[in-house]
Amino acid sequence: MPAKRHAASTTATPVPVAPATLSSGPPTLKTNASAAAIAQHVWEQYLANTPQRTLLLDAFMAFLVLVGGLQFLYCVLAGNYPFNAFLSGFSAAVGQFVLTASLRMQTSDSGSGSSSKPSSKGKNARFVDEDNQEQVSGTSHERAFADYIFGSLILHFFCINFIN
Amino acid sequence: MAQSSSLDVLLKGSSGQSTRGLLRIIILITIAAAAVASRLFSVIRFESIIHEFDPWFNFRATKYLVQNGFYSFWDWFDDRTWHPLGRVTGGTLYPGLMVTSGVIYHILRFLTIPVDIRNVCVLLAPGFSGLTALAMYLLTCEMSKSPSAGLLAAAFMGIVPGYISRSVAGSYDNEAIAIFLLVFTFFLWIKAVKNGSIMWGALTALFYGYMVSAWGGYVFITNLIPLHVFVLLCMGRYSSRVYISYTTWYALGTLGSMQIPFVGFLPIRNSDHMSALGVFGLIQLGLLRTLSAGVIAPWSGRFYSLWDTGYAKIHIPIIASVSEHQPTAWPAFFFDLNFLIWLFPAGVFMCFQNLKDEHVFVIIYAVLASYFAGVMVRLMLTLTPIVCVAAALAVSSILDSFLVLTKPNPESQTKTTSEDSKSLRSTQKPVVGIYSYFSKAVVTGSITVYLLLFVAHCTWVTSNAYSSPSVVLASRMPDGSQFIIDDYREAYYWLRQNTPDNAKIMSWWDYGYQIGGMADRPTLVDNNTWNNTHIATVGKAMSSREEVSYPILRQHDVDYVLVVFGGLLGYSGDDLNKFLWMVRIAEGIWPDEVKERDFFTARGEYRVDDEATPTMRNSLMYKMSYYNFQSLFPAGQAVDRVRGTRAPTESPQLNTLEEAFTSENWIIRIYKVKDLDNFDRDHNNAVAFDKGLKRKRASKKKGPRVLRTE
Repeated sequence: MPAKRHAASTTATPVPVAPATLSSGPPTLKTNASAAAIAQHVWEQYLANTPQRTLLLDAFMAFLVLVGGLQFLYCVLAGNYPFNAFLSGFSAAVGQFVLTASLRMQTSDSGSGSSSKPSSKGKNARFVDEDNQEQVSGTSHERAFADYIFGSLILHFFCINFIN
Repeated sequence: MAQSSSLDVLLKGSSGQSTRGLLRIIILITIAAAAVASRLFSVIRFESIIHEFDPWFNFRATKYLVQNGFYSFWDWFDDRTWHPLGRVTGGTLYPGLMVTSGVIYHILRFLTIPVDIRNVCVLLAPGFSGLTALAMYLLTCEMSKSPSAGLLAAAFMGIVPGYISRSVAGSYDNEAIAIFLLVFTFFLWIKAVKNGSIMWGALTALFYGYMVSAWGGYVFITNLIPLHVFVLLCMGRYSSRVYISYTTWYALGTLGSMQIPFVGFLPIRNSDHMSALGVFGLIQLGLLRTLSAGVIAPWSGRFYSLWDTGYAKIHIPIIASVSEHQPTAWPAFFFDLNFLIWLFPAGVFMCFQNLKDEHVFVIIYAVLASYFAGVMVRLMLTLTPIVCVAAALAVSSILDSFLVLTKPNPESQTKTTSEDSKSLRSTQKPVVGIYSYFSKAVVTGSITVYLLLFVAHCTWVTSNAYSSPSVVLASRMPDGSQFIIDDYREAYYWLRQNTPDNAKIMSWWDYGYQIGGMADRPTLVDNNTWNNTHIATVGKAMSSREEVSYPILRQHDVDYVLVVFGGLLGYSGDDLNKFLWMVRIAEGIWPDEVKERDFFTARGEYRVDDEATPTMRNSLMYKMSYYNFQSLFPAGQAVDRVRGTRAPTESPQLNTLEEAFTSENWIIRIYKVKDLDNFDRDHNNAVAFDKGLKRKRASKKKGPRVLRTE
């Protein structure tokens, strides 16, 4: 049951990647375009505007979602007999996905950083956001990547230890 | 200590950065030293000894770990407790404490410091309290820009009785290291939220894993961090920093916590942990929301409120498990926290004033912890750190504004007022500076007095309330000299020396760990009360007649029975006072054979003197307690000093047991279970025969009765 929620949330994530680029990219679409045309356009925009590195990360994330989804499907269909193994496999996928998402946030900072700003409403958010900005952009790409490796090492150590 | 930290403030303007840094380090070391030193009362007064009950088990497990290595500790099946059943000890304990002291022991050995494992265990809690003070400094420094706040918080944490109560030298329990881990995990979490880096999140997860391995109270962290994130989300403060730190913590921390066999799959099955998972799912949605700005936002409010009911549910298991514990009496707050308790709301209020993410954390922690501390005495321990933080914030702001000798110049005043107008309220700093020396002197003086009183109070509480090992008792002789009552160890040592290595000892479960630790003999039940039926069996044996008890004792291979009797000395925690609990627990399993009502007199009194009920008089516990007790007194004057009544004038007769040992002050009495009679008589007859009574009498009496009924 709880695992289901994982799967639901993870499978949905590749979709929102697109609108973020849409907002930054030049919209040349007509207002009455069909859904397929919009999707097509969004996809092209995404391919055109995303740097190579981020594309790589996105591909990796999509792969992880696939792996996690497959494991979950197996668990539902064929039973969860080696529960330790399933759990460590699945949480390896989820954990790696989450870490990669974090890395993506830190490295492609301009996109996600600015888009988070308008969403934070409320009176108190005002003087917090200034801090957000400087601190998120404060982490260099190398530092973010080192952190990522550190986190991944711990994650996979735990998974291997847990696999029985 | 508090004095020196305020001195630090004074030096701020004049001396350079390095001097201040050096001073800060010196002060912190002094605080740590004071924290350690204030916990050594019991070592100085008595000796380096493990206290109370549970620490004896931890000590025994640590010895096992040190002797047999980690892997056999992990798979340890203990056949010397719960006698016929045994206990899968390796899988049913939190190994963090034992592993920590084992590692320290081996490191010290490696450094060729020949230290005894017992001393490592005894001094572990004070040592870690020093570290807690340092962690507290770090945590508070994240909250406030004033350097004195951190130092004050460290000083408070070092000597506050609420924490000392669980960490004096010799109280070798899980809390000893858990509070340090709690504070340090929170520090790392705040750091992670502030920086939004994977590294801090991963470190938080690592220390969280350590905490899980050390104490069942990790559930508090498991719920508090998601709640913090949840509140941040509700306040519209979602940011990539929160996402990064939380998801990293959750993904790694959950896996880490599942490495402990005792915790196992709980993090994905138990409702205690569901909040963390829920928020994890929610924050993934948050990821969605920020990227596709505004798609989900319209119905997010409803969504959150759905989650809110889930939050109410989280705390039910905690509340439910509390029922066996006592709610806190309100003087306990003052007793344990002294003047910090009324500075606490002030500090929390100050957190509202500059409401950053970390201050939200303090507020949530404060609300939750004070609620739980009110529900249950034991959770005072989790409240203490946040009280120290909040109080230190309040005191430091008072000192910062009142301890500056120079008058504030109007220039800075106008500058601050202009800043004020920009922020939320103009009431934030209505008085920007204090001009008169008089008010400065009064406020500073009163704070100093409070601080001094606090130190005095802490010392007094620690020395009087929390430093008794309860294995060794101390009392005062009429002339004021100290009188050490060492009956427990005397008796346990007797068992160790005079009984075969696998003689089974039956006692009430309170003493199980001590017998295991000090006498090293197998026991039937102990303080790990995992099997209620087994405990009820012991209760039944204690509360039944000898004819009923003897088969039970034989069935369980019992060789010796141990009872605690305080009648001679007036030691109130003895078995006769706990007797009703034995009866009740036994009644819960065998309601037809043991009845609580039979132990009360017709007027409903619990009596042990001449008016005691026959059931009471015939119970094994009563007999063992008062056996031969009257021989200590002149005829007819035997007095039970605990219950303040006359003891029975005639000694109860024991047929199936014989007295084996009675300690100096009669606190512990040990009886040997007789073997079956050589001539196949029952023990009643055998004893009667030995006394020279004729056997006929009994049968004679029976004869006519039978006739009459027919």
